[in-house]
Amino acid sequence: MNWFRRTRSAESAKERLQLVLINDRTNLSQDELTALKDEILQVISRHIDIDSQAVKIAVEQDGRAQRLVADIPLKSVTRRRAG
Amino acid sequence: MAAQVITVSSGKGGVGKTTTVANIAVALAATGSKVVCLDGDIGLRNLDVIMGLENRIVYDIVDVIEGRCKLRQAMIRDKHLPELYLIPAAQTRDKNAVSPSDMVRVCNDLRPDLDYVLIDSPAGIERGFRNAIAPADRVLVVTNPEVSAVRDADRVVGILEAEEKRAPALIINRLNPALVKQHDMLSAEDVLDLLGVPLIGIVPEDETVIVSSNRGTPVAQDLKSRAGQAFRNIARRLKGEEVPFMDMDKQAGIWDRLQKITGRR
Repeated sequence: MNWFRRTRSAESAKERLQLVLINDRTNLSQDELTALKDEILQVISRHIDIDSQAVKIAVEQDGRAQRLVADIPLKSVTRRRAG
Repeated sequence: MAAQVITVSSGKGGVGKTTTVANIAVALAATGSKVVCLDGDIGLRNLDVIMGLENRIVYDIVDVIEGRCKLRQAMIRDKHLPELYLIPAAQTRDKNAVSPSDMVRVCNDLRPDLDYVLIDSPAGIERGFRNAIAPADRVLVVTNPEVSAVRDADRVVGILEAEEKRAPALIINRLNPALVKQHDMLSAEDVLDLLGVPLIGIVPEDETVIVSSNRGTPVAQDLKSRAGQAFRNIARRLKGEEVPFMDMDKQAGIWDRLQKITGRR
């Protein structure tokens, strides 16, 4: 029993499964996802200045569906219309 | 009368598919439905021993498909329930002895005289699994609250989506409420979050399941068993009844309750 240590291993099971299921469902490894993120950011920065420190791009689970969610803050000083 | 064909699947082996089929079948037949269980695990049959009918086998599903006997001759009547039958798998053949269209044909021959055909799918996602889901009107996916079982269940659900089958329903088997409470087992909510599939039953871990499989009398016949109650509830939900999910806390052991009293958690 857990009188002396609390393992709470269920949380790590859930976190690990979340990542594994996204990989399995999208057939996209973490490395490939990182490469995809880098490319997306490269393309966008060609047109507009972005705040690369605050960028968030992740695959999120929505029931049985996956979506690639990107939150890419723009730098205000040089803001202009993306062409 | 036209039977509904329900396939029980899981991806991973050992999560309790065969036990689930036997128990849901018993629970359905005990409430007046005509039920045939079909063992889809050619070469590794087990539904016969779980149902306690291993000594009565003369013909099997491959005999039916290859024309050595009539469908009726391969149907073994249950010892207790007159409206429950088993069609066993062949033990000395492999999965390639049966094709998906064979399964569809056998099930179509069974449909007119029955209420339910329950198919026990083999583990894996290969031929035997394809055979088992081919005739299914409905698929139940069994999983345990454990990483490998959940991952494999997700694969099965993905394949069913790709096959454009009706959305499967999930059975979480062998949930240990005391472990969930101490955060050392995925909860039913966690599993549902991960898999995104509607739930049709939660079966608590229960030693009466082992005792009953030793005897060959499915636990659904044991009115005192918690797991038996959970399986009976699943059968009622299949029949369209609204049945609330069991309170798992009642299952928590004496040790767990003691710790609660002493304020250890």
